[in-house]
Formats: sequence, structure tokens, C-alpha cells
Amino acid sequence: MTQLALVIDLNVCVGCSACVTSCKAWNTSGAAGPLADLNPYAAKPSGTFFNRVQTFEIGAYPATETVHFPKSCMHCEDPPCVPVCPTGASYKRQEDGIVLVDYDKCIGCKYCSWACPYGAREFDELGKVMKKCTLCVDRIYDKSLPENERKPSCVRACPTGARLFGDIHDPNSPVAQAIREQGGYALLPEWGAHPANHYLPRRKTAMHIHEDELERADNPLLIDSELPSPSLSEPSFDDVASW
Amino acid sequence: MAGWYSYAKQTIRMSAPPLHDPIQNPQPDASAEVRNTTCYMCACRCGIRVHLRNGEVRYIEGNPDHPLNQGVICAKGSAGIMKQYSPARLTQPLRRKPGAERGSGEFEPISWEETFALLAERLARLRATDPRQFALFTGRDQMQALTGLFARQFGTPNYAAHGGFCSVNMAAGMIYTIGGSFWEFGGPDLDRARLFVMIGTAEDHHSNPLKIALAKFKRDGGRFISINPVRTGYSAIADEWVPIRPGSDGALLLALIHEILATGLYDRDFLVRYTNAGELVNVDEKNDEFGMFVRIEVPAEESCYDPQNKLWWDRDSNRPVASHKEGCDPFLLGEFRLPDGTRVKPAFQLLQERVAEYTPEWAAGITGIPAATIRRLAHEMGITARDQKIELPIAWTDSWGKKHDTVTGNPVAFHAMRGLAAHSNGFQTIRALAILMTALGTIDRPGGFRHKVPFPRPIPPCARTPNHPKAVRPDSPLDGLALGWPSDPDDLFVADDGAPVRIDKAFSWEYPLAVHGLMHNVITNAWRGDPYRIDTLLLFMANMAWNSTMNTVEVRKMLCDKDEDGEYKIPFLVVCDAFHSETTAFADLILPDTTYLERHDVMSILDRPISEFDGPVDAVRIPVVAPPPGCKPFQEVLIELGGRLGLPAFAHKDGRRKYRDYPDFIVNFETEPGSGIGFLSGWRGKGGEKSMRGEPNPNQWEMYARNNCVHHVELPKSYQYMRNWNKGYLDWSQRNRITRYAEPILIHLYSEVLMRFRQAAQGKGLSRKPPEHLKKRVETFFDPLPFYYEPLEAQISDKYRYPLVAVTQRPMAMYHSWDSQNAWLRQIHAYNELYVNAQTARAANIGDGDWLWVESQWGKVRCIARHSEAVEPGTVWTWNAIGKAAGAWALAADANESRQGFLLNHLISEELPGGISNSDPITGQAAWYDVRVRIYPAGADEPQVSAPQFAALKPYPGMAAAPRWLRFFAGLTK
Repeated sequence: MTQLALVIDLNVCVGCSACVTSCKAWNTSGAAGPLADLNPYAAKPSGTFFNRVQTFEIGAYPATETVHFPKSCMHCEDPPCVPVCPTGASYKRQEDGIVLVDYDKCIGCKYCSWACPYGAREFDELGKVMKKCTLCVDRIYDKSLPENERKPSCVRACPTGARLFGDIHDPNSPVAQAIREQGGYALLPEWGAHPANHYLPRRKTAMHIHEDELERADNPLLIDSELPSPSLSEPSFDDVASW
Repeated sequence: MAGWYSYAKQTIRMSAPPLHDPIQNPQPDASAEVRNTTCYMCACRCGIRVHLRNGEVRYIEGNPDHPLNQGVICAKGSAGIMKQYSPARLTQPLRRKPGAERGSGEFEPISWEETFALLAERLARLRATDPRQFALFTGRDQMQALTGLFARQFGTPNYAAHGGFCSVNMAAGMIYTIGGSFWEFGGPDLDRARLFVMIGTAEDHHSNPLKIALAKFKRDGGRFISINPVRTGYSAIADEWVPIRPGSDGALLLALIHEILATGLYDRDFLVRYTNAGELVNVDEKNDEFGMFVRIEVPAEESCYDPQNKLWWDRDSNRPVASHKEGCDPFLLGEFRLPDGTRVKPAFQLLQERVAEYTPEWAAGITGIPAATIRRLAHEMGITARDQKIELPIAWTDSWGKKHDTVTGNPVAFHAMRGLAAHSNGFQTIRALAILMTALGTIDRPGGFRHKVPFPRPIPPCARTPNHPKAVRPDSPLDGLALGWPSDPDDLFVADDGAPVRIDKAFSWEYPLAVHGLMHNVITNAWRGDPYRIDTLLLFMANMAWNSTMNTVEVRKMLCDKDEDGEYKIPFLVVCDAFHSETTAFADLILPDTTYLERHDVMSILDRPISEFDGPVDAVRIPVVAPPPGCKPFQEVLIELGGRLGLPAFAHKDGRRKYRDYPDFIVNFETEPGSGIGFLSGWRGKGGEKSMRGEPNPNQWEMYARNNCVHHVELPKSYQYMRNWNKGYLDWSQRNRITRYAEPILIHLYSEVLMRFRQAAQGKGLSRKPPEHLKKRVETFFDPLPFYYEPLEAQISDKYRYPLVAVTQRPMAMYHSWDSQNAWLRQIHAYNELYVNAQTARAANIGDGDWLWVESQWGKVRCIARHSEAVEPGTVWTWNAIGKAAGAWALAADANESRQGFLLNHLISEELPGGISNSDPITGQAAWYDVRVRIYPAGADEPQVSAPQFAALKPYPGMAAAPRWLRFFAGLTK
């Protein structure tokens, strides 16, 4: 069974938020839109964003890591948000595993957001319904788009290519391969929701210097430190001492 | 633990169709259209595709067919929609209400016809009497081809863009050393680098291309080291973070050079052939030529390029020979005596002597980086450069006629920008960086630093300002460029007595190599009348009453200050902006600009280019939506004014204007009649058949429009590397008139240009001499070899009282952006906090999230503290330009930007005691990052509001009311 998902490479994510506004722009005027913004020009602006980047520090100075962490709906294989929905508005699609909200059934009770271990649900304060990442379901099947553009907006925007998109159940897909070969992991596995979205960890490249790399026969100092012999006519001991 | 819902597992995949179809186009009948243009949410200038629905902007995506961003887009780019529909938009020309005080924000509408009449009358009078009285300064550097042309045609020397307070040290320090620099001029070749070292804050320059390249580099297993007081942005994904104290980069770089030289990790062949390392310098102190290269002969145009007339001391024959003589190999070390008795040393010997004392142990005390780390960094760089060499099978011929079968690369790449530049010791620091990159043999080579057309330029580039006040004459264009590249004291733009000609004192003895001007001193100088008063100041996209100025509180007062006769000290202030910025409040006349989606524009090679490593690129903007009827692109304003004022480039002799409008100007303007050089290099020639040069093509805009709005010439592979000394490339460049001279551009390890200024300060030579009070300054700082000195502010500071250094960065979602009030972007950063190392904060009794005072010698700010482990303990920092003045940018008076957000600018002085600019003494680069501060908790009884606060700015006539909520949905069918 197909399970579409995002695999996010924390090794290259620089936290630029390109995914955040690209998502907002696509979805506010798309099938999931409009997305509300309260106080857009006043104190405490707060709006509906399907995707946000959190930045946090790990460790104590100077051994500090700064982590940029994009987070959106995990499209869980066993989504806790679905069974708690009293109206059946929260659902998981058979054909591709995308978890969606049926806005026409949603009564805005927020049970689903309490059930979500990832805080990925976004209540639309003006539409009074729950919203969340749709994996741009209105892009990825849109035949009017060229095939290579049928991807979530955030994936296409990401300048570092940190967001991979595909079917994690297809072992030959780049996303399944990335999870398998690069230590992809899911968040909070102990909740048993089996999130479809995965993260790839930071990888460090180190350099080891061998002593002999600093003592080599082709060291240019061997040439440059060889200075011309003094002129024969320069004063020397020979002029004054006979021993 | 999650078994509570397992009962429902089987039913989770729903089969019943949803009521709300998640795939259905919500507006299937709407008209949809996609148009290409070029982004301007920052200075990157990515290709974008703008999707319109019923004429409204529905979506902005990166153009996959654009060489610069290859389809990606940043946070700002997508949020361009909120710029387009911002309530901060100015919609009509406005004039300060009669009787209203400047700065009160009281305006009344005025028609464009009245606006032009008023401006033309005033400017014509100034031009006919004293053109210096008109000053034009722009916040953006990317429209200088036109703004610079207008200023020159007007005849005023008082013109510059924002480079002087941004990163001119990076441009000047590198260009005076290797003939090119970072960002628009060149950059790190991460495609082939194995080690990448980023020093200081540098993310904001060429952001998307750098992000693309950095990710690829990391995935290819490259090693990335970030040297920065703060670990954020790109540094977050560095393999190693090396914290450093601000302003000490020069010490680190000199110690790295020391270690590279001491261990023999330098690329000798590269130094010998491609730099002045082997050239002999006169070291007879009594000789008038002391410190100068010994010459065989002196051609007439010597100052415009570097003639091959210097000497080597040949190893084989043990005697002086012409440099680069076939079959000869110079001594790089030693001291020699010419037949006439003159004592000489190779430049490399002088460099070695200079760095001898700059040991890693010495640098450790200044930078805070352990000596062992400095040594290891040098070894990593040197060993990677030497042992991971790249040989590309690309044949090329060097300037001396020698054929090479391959291009060699030493794959160590660097990137740096403002972090190094924005210090008063930045120029010499950046010279040290360029010399380190050179010693590793990485200049214009694969995996190292690569130039972008029109770079490299001769050292220095040929453009010159006039060198005398007589170049400014009534009713005449300026006799030279307003900005240029001095090669010796006789190129300075000063009077016989040494007095500056420009209002910002650029190219004077105070800041001789101020190649981008000193915009940060214009208001203070004009207010004080030093060197003179001006009448009209025209600011374009420059927020000089807020985040673009130092000493913001005082500068705002200066703008409103009056003489005894009640006249404003700066009598007429014109501001062109699309938005309700803090600066517009101080205008006498506001010219409402268009947004980037509403206008024609060019990214010209005559301007700051967007070229790629592989060849020249230029691009255009084409309007995708109509502007409000009352707005006019600044370009059109200049073309119109140029016509009305009868400026020769814009009007015929009989007074008729030459160009219908800006697009017509772009097509038909040639730098000289018949030169074939215009603003755009693509689709020239009558039918668009020519590239780079050719007759005007009436259909040029259409051809750009059909080709993704971009023109990209991919040079033959053999012209893509080693361009300082690549005969094929230099000939191509000369044939296309990109450069006048095709001479090789040897790297200046030793800078004779700097030595000429020092020599003048020492009273030697025939050139002009500095005035007495500046002799010591010029002699000290114009050192032909890089040296370290403590930033000037630190030198005069009580470091016990002010133990910390305060710096800023801009966050990626807003850097180089012009409108961070954007409804979506401000939800990412609505206010800024002061990041303080947790230990430092605790020692000052400041808790995480507490209000605190940050105080410098010049001012103080109240703000919120945020504890951080990702900042060096002697540094505090914040995001710049998030804080706004109350009410500005159409934000509510209680918006977070003004109540919690703050500007660090209030702590930074534009001058140091004695009235000299708080700038690099060589280039006039604003020393933003030198400020020293102390921190202490705010009192429990104090209001929890950032300080200082300013009276709330009102909306202006014609501005839409800011909505209380948004449900943006483009092109909704009503």
C-alpha cells in the first residue's frame, strides 16, 4: 500500500523557512485555503501554517549544536487523530496514506489536535475548522502540471533540497532508500503512531592529519630556504685569522 | 502505551469519499496565467514564475530554468504576495503639509505633474549654481548603472549606494588584492571544494545559490568549518564550529598565514607565476623609492593596469631578471643588492617577515581560539589544498603564451562578507584572507574561489573619480565617475588643500579608498555643514531614519534640526519608497515607488552583476501586475527628471527628451553613440542576433521575456578558470569591451597601491601629500602588507566597563529584505531578543527571558535577554532590523516589532570622538560590529517595553487601513 511522506534531511537544513511560506502561499489559495491570519499587522500575529521550523540548541558552549527542525503533519500510518474524530472528518486516504481533514465535516472540536503527539494540527480561527498539511494533495495529482512539478510546494521550494518526497513503502523509492541507508528515524516511536515522515540525522565529516603529511620531500621550503652563497669577496675569517 | 486506539486501526483507511474534495481546483473557472520575472525580495535576484488568478498573485515559485536559483525559492520569495498586498503601500505622491513639522508624518497628496515641476525647478536651480547641493543616495546597490548615470549627468559628486555601510571592505580588500571579491563578483566553488571555511556572518550574500551549493557540498562529503562568534544559520550544519571574538578575524588569518608559511604548505608554483611574491621591492629606507617595486621601465598608462615591468632575482643565474622570464625561477626569500647598490627583497620575504610574529599562540590570546586549533586549521587547509588536488583536462594558454594541458584546483574554498567587513580593521583583515586564499593556490581555480564576469578587474579597476573640485561645474555632467578606484594619492577627489569634494568625504585623506562612499555619514555631515551644506537630499529605498543609520536617535533629530532662521539644516528631503518606512516620515516630498512585480528593471552587467562562474548573466524584470495608478517606478522618475533637466544622456540638445520611458531607454541607450554597449547584453543587434555588444534591438524586451527573463553566456571551458592570467579569457573580455586592458592581473600579496599612500604620508614621492593632522593615520593604516590592529572603538574604550561586543545578523527569512512587516514573514520574526551566553547572563544576574539594558558609550537599549549556548561568551547579538518604530510600516502602534523589538543601532555611533567616521580608516566601511557594551538587568519597576520608544507614526493619505485579520485567497470570484 502506498504511503506518501516527507523525509527531511537535518544534515543540510539551514532553517531558512522557505518551506514555511511556500506552503502558506500555495495552500492559502488552494483547495485547503484560505488560511487565516489573525492580527496580521498588529500585536501577536498568529496564523494557520501547515509547516513550521523550530530552532533549538543542544549541548553546552562551546560543544553546541544548533538544530533547525521543520515540522508538519507526519501522515502517521496509525494516526491517533483519526479515531478520536467524532464526525469522521479526520481521515486517512486509502490510496496514498495521506491524512486529511474533511472541512465540510469538521466541527472544530479540536479532539484531533489533543490526540496528535506532534502538535501538527493547525486550527483555522476564522474558518473554525481544523487544518493541517495535505502533502499538497492538490498539486501532486494535478495533471495540468508538468510531471516533475507534481510535488509538495515545500519540496520544490527548499533551497538545500532537504525535503525528499515519495512512497516510503516502495523500497526502491529515493525516500525509502534514504531512510534505510542514512539512518532515517521517526519522531516519538513510543507513541506507536508510526509516523510516515522521517528525519535524516546530522552527519559529520572529519579530517585526520597524519604526521608525515607535514614532513614531505616536496616541501617548497626546501627550495625557498636555499639562499645564494655569499659573494667570494665578502669579508670572512680568512682575511684576519691564521690560527 | 498507544493501545488505546488500536481497536480502530482497521478502520483508519477510510473508503467513503469525502464531502470536501481535497483535489478539486477551488476556482476552476478563474483565469490563470503564469509570468516570468525576477525576484527582488532581497538582493539575490532569483528567477521567479508568478502565478496569477483573475489577475491576483496566487503563487510565486522559483523558475527551474533560471541559472541562479534553479527552481528553488526562499521564504521571502514566496511571501512576495504579502508584499504586493501590504497595507503599508504608498499610493500617491505626498508633500509635507504646509505648517507641519518635519517628522510629524503630516502629508497631503500632490499630483505627479506638480511633483515633477517642483523637483525640476529646484534641481535645475541647483544644477545651474552648485550641483553639489543635490545629493542622491540609494539603499540598494543593484540599480547603480542608472542612478549613477543620473547623478553624473546632473553633475553632482554626491552619489553612492549602501555599500559603504554594508560590505565595502570585502569588495575593496579583495579587489585591491586579487581583482575580484565575493558575492556578485565571485564566490566559493563548492561543486569541487573538499574543505569549505566560512568566516563571520556571510549567509545573506547570495543566499539561495549558496544554500544550493552548500547542501550539495555536504552531501558529497565535503568538510565545512564555520568560524563565527555565533552558531546559527549555515553554521548550524557545519562539521565544526570555531567560536571567535568579533573583530579578531585578522589575527586568526595572519596566524594561519604564519603557519602555512612556516610549514611549507603554500603553493609555490602558484605564488611564483601568478602573484607578485617573487618581485623585488626596494628596501633602502633612505631611498625615495623605498617600499616600491623596482621597475625596468614605466609605460604611460601604468596606473590603469599592472605592466610586466618588475624584477625577479633568478635562482639559476643568481642575478636580477625581468619577472616571468622564460626558464627563470625567482628566489622568494632572501635579500639582494642590485648592481646600482639598491637593496631589494622579494615581496614574499616581506610577507614572511610580517607574519613572523603572528604566531598561533599570539592569535589565541586575541581570538579566543586555542593555538592548537589554529595550527590544525592551517594544516587542514594546507594539506587539503596540496593533497586533494584536482586536474581538469581543460587546455588553456596563460598571458605569457605558455600552453597548459590542464587546469589545477586546490579544493579549499572560503566565504566571508559582513562578519569580516563591518569592522574598522576589516580592510586589512580581508587583505589577509585574500592572501591566505592565494598562498593556498585557490584563486579562480576549481574547488577554490572563482570569479564572475566582469571580474577579475585590473588592480585596482580603471574607473576613477575626478581628482579635483573643478570637475564639478554648473550645468555640466561630472567630469568623471562619482565612485572609482584610486591607485595613488593623485586620484583622490580633493581640493589642493586636501579638503574633501564629496559630502561624505569619500576619496579624501580621511577615507582614501572609500570605493562605495560613506552613506552613513551623509546626514551628519550635511547637518553640520562639514565639509559643506547641501540643499536637497534624495533617498531611494534607504531607511536612514531607522535601521540603515547608526546613532538613530540623533540622526532623526538632525533631520528635523533648524537653523536660527527657521530653515531646516537639510532644507529639502525627498524620499522614494513603495512603503510607509520610518524615513518617509521625515520627507518633504514622498515619491511612491512600485513593487518589483509592477515594473521593468534590469540586472545589468554595468551594475552589480548576477553572473555565474561559467560566464556572464544578466536579467530583467517585466511587470506582472499593474501598479496602483498613483505609483511610479523610480526608474521612470529619473528618466522623466533627466528629460526635464535637459541632462545630455536623457535629452536632446533642443530640450526634447530622448526616451519615451524606461523600457525605451534600456533598449536604445548606448554608453556612447554606436558603442553597442547598453544596459542589457542579450539579444542585441537589429534582430537580436548579437550577444554582449551590438546595435539596439527594438524587440529586446520581448526576447528576454521569451527566454525566462535571463541572458546567460556560457564561456568555453578554457575561459572559465585562471582568468587573471588566462590569455583567451582576457582577450575575449577585451574584445567584448568588458575590459580595456588584457594584461595579466597579478595578485598583490604586497600592495604597492597602499604603499603609495604611505609614502605620501611620509613626505616622499611627487604625489599629493595628506594634511598634517592625517599624516599619522594614513601612514599607520596604509600598510602594504596586512597587519592586525584592535578595532578603533575598542582602542578608545574602557574594556572593563564595556566588556562585551555586540553584533547583529539578519535572519534568513528576512535578510536583505526591504519589508519585514510582511504579514507572513513577521509571524516568523515579530520581534528580536538579545542572545547572551548563558554563563555571561547569569554572571550579570540576568535570567532567560528577563528584560535587560544594553549600554554602550553612545547609548542604551532595553530589550529581552535570551540565554544561548551558541554564542561566544564575550559576544551578545540580535537579529537586525526586526525592531520597528511604533506605527511605521502600517503596523499597529502596539505591534511586537516596536514594543518588544529593538534596534541595536541606538548603541552605535556614526562618529568617533574628534568627528571622524566610525569606519575603516582606509575604505570608510561603517564599523557596525565594533561596538562595545555592558549589560545589566532592567529594574523590576520598569515597563516591560523596549526602549527607546518613539511617537507612533500615523498612516498617510491614500494608505489602505490595515485589516484585523486576513483570509488571503487570490482571485476569489465574488
